[in-house]
Amino acid sequence: MPTPGVALQCDKLCLGYENREVLHDLSFTLHFGQRLCVVGENGSGKSTLLRALLGLKKQNHGTIVFSDKRGSRAIGYLPQQSAAQRDFPAKAREIVRSGLLNSMGLRPWYANGHKARTAETMAQMGVTDLANRCFRELSGGQQRRVLLARALCAAGGILLLDEPEAGLDPIAAQELSRRIETLHKEQNMAIIHVTHEVTEALRGASLILHLTNAPNAYFLGAPARYLEHPLSRRLLTGHTSPLTDKG
Amino acid sequence: MAVQLEILQLFWKALTVGLLITLCASLLGVTLVLRRFSMIGDGLSHVGFGTLAMAAAFGWAPLPVAIPVVIAAAFLLLRGAGEKLRGDAAVALLSASCLAIGILALTLGGGTNVDLMGYLIGSLMGASTTDVYLSLGLCAVVLICFGLLYHRIFSVTFDEPFARATGVRTGAYQFITALLAALTIVLGMRMMGTLLISSLLIFPALIAMRVCKGFLSVTLVAAAVAIVCYLCGFALACFLPQGLPVGATIVCVNLCAFGLFAAAGFLRGLRKAPHGAAKGGAA
Repeated sequence: MPTPGVALQCDKLCLGYENREVLHDLSFTLHFGQRLCVVGENGSGKSTLLRALLGLKKQNHGTIVFSDKRGSRAIGYLPQQSAAQRDFPAKAREIVRSGLLNSMGLRPWYANGHKARTAETMAQMGVTDLANRCFRELSGGQQRRVLLARALCAAGGILLLDEPEAGLDPIAAQELSRRIETLHKEQNMAIIHVTHEVTEALRGASLILHLTNAPNAYFLGAPARYLEHPLSRRLLTGHTSPLTDKG
Repeated sequence: MAVQLEILQLFWKALTVGLLITLCASLLGVTLVLRRFSMIGDGLSHVGFGTLAMAAAFGWAPLPVAIPVVIAAAFLLLRGAGEKLRGDAAVALLSASCLAIGILALTLGGGTNVDLMGYLIGSLMGASTTDVYLSLGLCAVVLICFGLLYHRIFSVTFDEPFARATGVRTGAYQFITALLAALTIVLGMRMMGTLLISSLLIFPALIAMRVCKGFLSVTLVAAAVAIVCYLCGFALACFLPQGLPVGATIVCVNLCAFGLFAAAGFLRGLRKAPHGAAKGGAA
C-alpha cells in the first residue's frame, strides 16, 4: 500500500509490445502536489507509458499502484484531440459530465450530486457560459478547457495531461497552463504532464522523466539535475549532435 | 373480400416492421456515423444479401442463416475498424465479395427467384408475422439499451480511450452496437432492399447533425426525422399510381429532408455570422 501523500507509485515497470521493449525498469513515486513532466522524442514511449498508467495497456513486468481505490479509473485524463471530435455534435456540458461515469457504478443516469459537481467544475475552468454551446463551435482553447473540466470530473487527485498546449495559440496556451498551475497549487493535485515544450515544462516541475528510443536510457530526476544531464541539451537546443558535426 | 383482407394485413405488417426497423436504425446510426463507421451498414447489407442468396440456392431457411453470419461480420468489422487494420478497405472487400458470391449463387441456384429480387430492391411483400414479432422485440431491446446506457454510449462515441480509462467497458458496447446493427440490417433488408438499408442507418443522423448542437438533440431529432421520412416515403410508394419501390422512395424522401436541413443549418450559420465576428474566416 502506498504511504500517505503518495498519489502514484511505479515499481520496476517494463512496457513493450510483442517483440520490442519500449521502457525498461522504471520506478518512481509521485506525491500529491507534485508535477511529473514527461518529455522525449516521438516514438520514445511517452504514449505507451501514458496508456499503461490509464490502464489501457498491460505492463510486461512491475507494478503501478494508485492511492485511490478506483485505481487508474480515477485519473483525470486530458487526451490529445482526434479529428473526429472536432466536428462532434455535443454540448460542452454533455462532455464535461461524461467524466463522472467512473463514479456512477451501475446507476444509469446522473443524480443531482453529479449535476452540481459538473457545474462546479465548469465554473472552475471558466466554461460555465459555454455549457450549452456546441463543442465544435468553440475555439481551440475553449475546447481544451472543456476537456480539462471533464478530466477534473473524473479525477480523484491525479491529472494526466497529454500535450495540453499542442495546437493552441500562445495566449490560449498560457491561459490553460495558468489554470493547470492553480489546480496543482491550490488543490494539491498530482500532475503527470506529457509535453514537447521543455522550457515551459521545467518551470514548476518536481520531476522530469526524459524518455529516449533506447528502453533503459531514460533520465528521471529533479529539474536542476536534468539541466546538467546531456539528454537535456538535446531537447533544449533542438539538436541531437553538436553543431560542429553538421558541416 | 378475402384477397382484399390479405392485402390489408400485408400492408399493416409491412408498415409496422418498417417503422420499428427505421426507429432502431436511426438510433444506432447516430453512434455509427459519429464513430466514422457509416460504411459498415452498407458492408453488412451486402453480407446479408450474399448469405440470403446462398440460403436460397441451397434451400436453407433464410433468417437462421443470415442472422448469425451478419452478426459475425459486424463484430469483425467493428473490431477491425477500431484497430490499425484499414477499416474502409476491409468493408469494401467484404461488400464486393459478398455481392459477387450472392449473384453467383443466385444464377447457379436456378435463376428467377422473386423473393431474392425483393431482397435486392426491397418489397412490401417481404414482411411476415414472424418479422413483426422479431422487429418488435428488436425495437424494445434497442430502446431499453439507449435509455439505460445513454450516457455511456455518449462517452464511448465521443472519446473511446477516455471512456475506457474511466472504466466504461467499451468492448461490450462495441459488441452490443454490432449485434443490434446486424439484426436491424437483416430484418430491414426485405423492406428497403440490400442496396438501400444502409441509408436508413446513415441518413437520419446526418440530417439531424445539420441543425442540432447536442448529442441528445441529434439522437431525438434523428429518430423523429427517420419516422416522418419513412411514413412519407411509404405513403408515396403505396398511393402513387406508378407503384414506386418502397425503399428507393424512402431514401429519396430522406435525401429531400437532408437538403432542407442542410439549407436550414446554412441559413442559421449566416444569421449568426455577424455576431461571431471574432471567429472570422467564415467569408
